Amino acid sequence: MSPENESGHGEPVGTEPVHVVQRDSRRSFLFKLSLVLNGAVGAVLAVPVVGYLLGPALKRDEEYKSWVSLGAVGDFPEGETRLVDYRNPVTTGSDGATGNVACWVRRIQGNQFQVFAINCAHLGCPVRWFPQSHLFMCPCHGGAYYEDGSRASGPPERGLFEYQYSITNGKLMINAGQMPTLSNQACNQKPLIQIGSNEEERS
Amino acid sequence: MAGLKDRAFGIYAWFERRLGLEKPISEAAAHPTPPRSASWWYVFGSAATVLFMLQVVTGILLALVYTPSAGEAWASLQFLNHQITLGWFLRAIHGWGSDFMVAIVLIHMMQVFLFGAYKYPRELTWILGVFLLLFTLGMAFTGQVLRFDQDAYWGLGIGASIMSRVPWIGGNLVHLMLGGPIIAGQTLSRFFALHVFVIPGVLIACVAVHIWMVLRLGVNEWPMPGRVVSKATYDREYHELTAKTGVPFVPDAAWKDAVFAAAILLSVVACALIFGPFGPGGQPDPTIIQTAPKPDFFFLWIYAVLAYLPADLETPFLFIAPTVVIVGMLLLPLVAGEGEKHWSRRPVAVLMVAVIAVTLGVFTHLGTFTPWSPIMDSWSGDPTPAYFLKGRSPLEKQGALVLQNKQCRNCHELGGRGGMRGPALDAIAARMTEDQMIRQVLQGGGNMPAYGKALSPAETRALVAFLMTLRGKSNLAPAIDASRTLTQSGAMRIPIAPAAAAKTP
Repeated sequence: MSPENESGHGEPVGTEPVHVVQRDSRRSFLFKLSLVLNGAVGAVLAVPVVGYLLGPALKRDEEYKSWVSLGAVGDFPEGETRLVDYRNPVTTGSDGATGNVACWVRRIQGNQFQVFAINCAHLGCPVRWFPQSHLFMCPCHGGAYYEDGSRASGPPERGLFEYQYSITNGKLMINAGQMPTLSNQACNQKPLIQIGSNEEERS
Repeated sequence: MAGLKDRAFGIYAWFERRLGLEKPISEAAAHPTPPRSASWWYVFGSAATVLFMLQVVTGILLALVYTPSAGEAWASLQFLNHQITLGWFLRAIHGWGSDFMVAIVLIHMMQVFLFGAYKYPRELTWILGVFLLLFTLGMAFTGQVLRFDQDAYWGLGIGASIMSRVPWIGGNLVHLMLGGPIIAGQTLSRFFALHVFVIPGVLIACVAVHIWMVLRLGVNEWPMPGRVVSKATYDREYHELTAKTGVPFVPDAAWKDAVFAAAILLSVVACALIFGPFGPGGQPDPTIIQTAPKPDFFFLWIYAVLAYLPADLETPFLFIAPTVVIVGMLLLPLVAGEGEKHWSRRPVAVLMVAVIAVTLGVFTHLGTFTPWSPIMDSWSGDPTPAYFLKGRSPLEKQGALVLQNKQCRNCHELGGRGGMRGPALDAIAARMTEDQMIRQVLQGGGNMPAYGKALSPAETRALVAFLMTLRGKSNLAPAIDASRTLTQSGAMRIPIAPAAAAKTP
């Protein structure tokens, strides 16, 4: 590179005369005004854009949830834990099979149930029930849970997520609608039946 | 002939008169490069760019057929694999191109770091490079989601579960990421938009600026021990070096870039041809839970780290560690913008690269066989070795059945088959006494669930009877309870008798 190009890329100076714009001229004012105008238009446009983008995040948890039937109470033998599928209450046409959700239903006795989310409380992988050893095991990072959903071992910091349930007209209903995670824990309220006290009665 | 040549030149001149690109392009091509920097060590950046172009082209070709709809994506991938002419090959090139691109970007980054090329005046080139790495990883993750199979579905679940741990706004972030309350149609659509429009657009812009800065600031000179970078003198020194001894980038350095890029492209094609496309795996149907989800190769180390973090450290670690690492990488050239460039004078830098490489390598290796995961069908599928059954009593054989039926094998190996979550049981009786085994089985502990409620007294008795026979192939000596031997032999009885008598009511 020759020395005269040292300071930059040797761009030739424009051949046209440069019009020096005076600082407080009418034109510079109009230019600034045009910037302000575009800023204002941008702000107006940003409202629908941001609103559209944040739409899913601004809905409250309750707006997503509704009561879903898992079948007649009689379908669930006492003392057993069964895998049940249901269709998410909110779906769209393009969801396909992903609109289906699985959950584990444990009928303790009579109308006492526990409905566990399929998602491990660690990172959401699908836990599997092993009736022989009375354990739920997670295939991802080795989380394990006892039959009442409480943590047995592995990385989860808590027990399985439980859906709120009720029995209406002989049907087992759960309050479902969003993927259970640590931020919503499937049900915000305590289960209708306090499982802990039943456990004590039984043992 | 001459007339044709003149005509061709005439057409060229017509365009050149209007575009005016000849001068900037020839200047860029001929920019003086420090002679030793026309090296095979300096070819990774251009190779990454070429791979990116390959990804753009193959990506557009795949988008001609792929259906970004949660209900149809998986079927359209199968259609690409089996019905479309050479569809499988295009998918394979795109998949392997992705792996090669991440690898080359990492190697490029390591080379730049070890050669001190991030120092003055190339700080911003490095900072932009950090973002390029993050966007490349972003492409790899979103691309894995578009291969909409079981791994993609549950991988999204892992992503959402990590998001949900953000304090206060975690739930909102999950909905933002998924585009709704569950992993479904809108989730795939937004990852499609990210993978196809947003990130590639940003990548193209960043790559352009990155290369522009390389041209503007010149290729990093070959580092020499003792040649110290100082902001006051570097510009003059670099200019003198290139003015005196510089070689034109084209052709002196460019031919190596071109040869290496061709070799890399050929390697991608070879891998695609030999190993074929990635998946898709099982259908993305969340009611099919017989699956062991796993991320793609370059995310295996994260998967492994998540298995080993203690529960109470996990959330802080998940958010603090990446922030520290990324901020550290961004600040590196601003903090260490001057000084020695040569690796022999930067032992900490060399040590860091070695430690990071070994750490990532070890976690990735662990991620390939996930020793922390129970093997879900081991209890029903893996045989009990014959030499552990020979000559055993009926009770002990019953115990061997209990061991299978209660899924112990899912976490414990026997004869080299089974899970690796817990210790192998081949020689368990050489390490634990009967009492210790009963306690461990019934109460659990040390990462083992308690089986007290899952075992009847008879089953426990049989199981422990069988475990007591497991002393390895070489029949190791059984573990002994030293205190019991002493009390039974009477050796301990006399000295402790008064104290024991005083304590017992």
